[in-house]
Amino acid sequence: MTVTVYVPRDSGAKALGADRVADAIGAEIARRGVDARVVRNGSRGLYWLEPMVEVQTANGRVAYGPVRPADVASLFDCGFLAGDQHRLWLGRAEAIPFLQRQTRLTFARCGITDPVSLADYRAHGGLRGLQAALAMTAEEIVATVTESGLRGRGGAGFPTGIKWNTVRETPGAQKYIVCNADEGDSGTFSDRMIMEGDPFVLIEGMAIAGLATGATKGYVYLRSEYPDAAVILDEAMAAARAAGVLGPDILGSGRAFDMEVRIGAGAYVCGEETALLDSLEGKRGQVRAKPPLPAHKGLFGRPTVVNNVISLASVPIILDRGAAFYRDFGMGRSRGTIPIQLAGNVRHGGLFEAAFGMTLGELVDDIGGGTASGRPVKAVQVGGPLGAYFPPALFDTPFDYEAFAAKDGLIGHAGIVVFDDTADMLKQARFAFEFCAVESCGKCTPCRLGSVRGVELLDRLAADVTPQRQLETVTDLCETMKFGSLCALGGFTPYPVMSALTHFPDDFRPRAVPQAAE
Amino acid sequence: MQQATTDVMATARTIAERWKGAEGPLLPILNALQAELGHVPRETLPVIAETLNLTRAEVYGVVSFYHDYREHPPGRHVLKLCRAEACQAMGGDAVAERLAARLGAGFHETAADGSVTVEPVYCLGLCACAPSAMLDGRVIGRLDEAAIEEIAAEVQR
Ligand SMILES: Cc1cc2nc3c(=O)[nH]c(=O)nc-3n(C[C@H](O)[C@H](O)[C@H](O)COP(=O)(O)O)c2cc1C
Ligand code: SF4
Ligand code: FES
Repeated sequence: MTVTVYVPRDSGAKALGADRVADAIGAEIARRGVDARVVRNGSRGLYWLEPMVEVQTANGRVAYGPVRPADVASLFDCGFLAGDQHRLWLGRAEAIPFLQRQTRLTFARCGITDPVSLADYRAHGGLRGLQAALAMTAEEIVATVTESGLRGRGGAGFPTGIKWNTVRETPGAQKYIVCNADEGDSGTFSDRMIMEGDPFVLIEGMAIAGLATGATKGYVYLRSEYPDAAVILDEAMAAARAAGVLGPDILGSGRAFDMEVRIGAGAYVCGEETALLDSLEGKRGQVRAKPPLPAHKGLFGRPTVVNNVISLASVPIILDRGAAFYRDFGMGRSRGTIPIQLAGNVRHGGLFEAAFGMTLGELVDDIGGGTASGRPVKAVQVGGPLGAYFPPALFDTPFDYEAFAAKDGLIGHAGIVVFDDTADMLKQARFAFEFCAVESCGKCTPCRLGSVRGVELLDRLAADVTPQRQLETVTDLCETMKFGSLCALGGFTPYPVMSALTHFPDDFRPRAVPQAAE
Repeated sequence: MQQATTDVMATARTIAERWKGAEGPLLPILNALQAELGHVPRETLPVIAETLNLTRAEVYGVVSFYHDYREHPPGRHVLKLCRAEACQAMGGDAVAERLAARLGAGFHETAADGSVTVEPVYCLGLCACAPSAMLDGRVIGRLDEAAIEEIAAEVQR
């Protein structure tokens, strides 16, 4: 029997040499004349073990990692095709604690299947959600999504079902489903992983959204920084179209839905939904004033659903297993699971999907294993560049939208970036202003000019020029930005700045500047 | 030179015509043009404007808005180096300095020998294997001294 060896084609794994490992394994198979084949799967999301190679054995999938090309010959020598012991042997993939402790709903197949094999997708429960949806009315689909409690995973946490219902009820000859795949938040990569590791689940989610709202056309607005995801999505869409999952007659239902991918051009603000729509229309990516809501007047002025990748990719399992199944995970008003991304200076960096409610400390210390450098954790930034910096003193905060808001933070797209004690929080605050200045769409003065001013103020503070006055002015400036900005780029930049100031005041005290010494 | 300009204009016209009938064709056109030529030459904007029935100012406004579009041709290689937080947390600033010294080009610069242009990028989604970069579209994670040397060798080959 042919042995299957899995080597991820996920770009995180590729960044660590997965292509070279796959080539080396292919060459070794040929050289030894053994009956084996290489399948390029997605990543399981255990990046400290990537490239993680798995072998299908009678006892399940046995993992090895991190594998370098130079390890390949010895793997064959040790009998890894039978799952035998080796220095890099990790045992059954599913039994690795980092995986075992997860609740994988949205990421159920990611890292397991061949991302562009529709047969594999079906064999692992794919398309059951779409089939269920085809047997329902639009109202019923929307009701199921609403009852599941699913909230948008792009950052704002708006209930997905309610958004869909607005589009459903808005008349229009042409409506659109727009998938926000701009994933601009630093420290996040769950959209990328699902698009590279299980693109069919996104396609299925978009088709269901189409059925629920009456939209027949979908766009994925994909950031240009993800060229590998673009290739995989294209392959998957072609396969879906060939099998009638997309097209004029989805699964023989007589209902139509098709989609295409559009690539952005490097602008963080284009992740904001209205800027994204302008960009899709071929304009500068400037934020539109609301109302009108995109649900009423979106792409080309037509009713449009804009949803994050993970929101859409979570829909198939909800339709397959029912609203109650999904809603039963989580806490408070945060229902279901969330793919948390552990990033930066963390020992076990990767993707950890879990029900809402784990504490930040459990995630960073227990799951993440503390810092990669082995030094103490100083701070974590949760929710991307507009998210707050939390000290370990706040590690009892549960991962939940409301609990984070209560501590002046946000979950955002669920990225956690870990910093060790060498981090300089004044520098981090300065970067927040700098980033805002670089990425501002230019529409509001507090954002466009305030951010530049913020950098100057912090530079003066660092140089010890009337530090107390700079601090007061920064605080005032943050208030102005918070209330005088049209969108969260200008409005939330105060989060990283003020949290750094509040929780790490020592870093903002006058420093001993050598040349200024008297 | 004359020949080259004609080619550039022909390329722009072909690409613009191909996308003309699509919804929101401008970004796909600019992306295709840059993929083809390495930059978006100013002289092609009137052709694009004319094909799409836009003003030159509108097209220029779009080109200048997005960070990706280059007005001038880059070096033979393009290195996009992540400057965002997860990479900062793993010593990304020091790596950037090392690379600048090694390649002879800092952010937004092209090495004097034309070998490489270095551009900042804010997250490549490789934040669990930081610091990271992308060389001519190929991803590179956990940038250490060896990886820096490999990049230098590749661009200076
Ligand atoms: C500056 C800015 C950047 C944003 N970037 C993204 C992004 O990259 N991806 C995303 O899904 N949402 C992003 N959002 C949120 C979107 O505006 C919008 O809320 C989201 O796409 C709605 O989808 P959801 O309800 O499924 O979360 C951003 C918002 C702002 C203000
Ligand atoms: S806050 Fe900044 S990015 Fe947002 S609309 Fe205003 S200027 Fe544009
Ligand atoms: S922050 Fe550098 S890759 Fe995400």
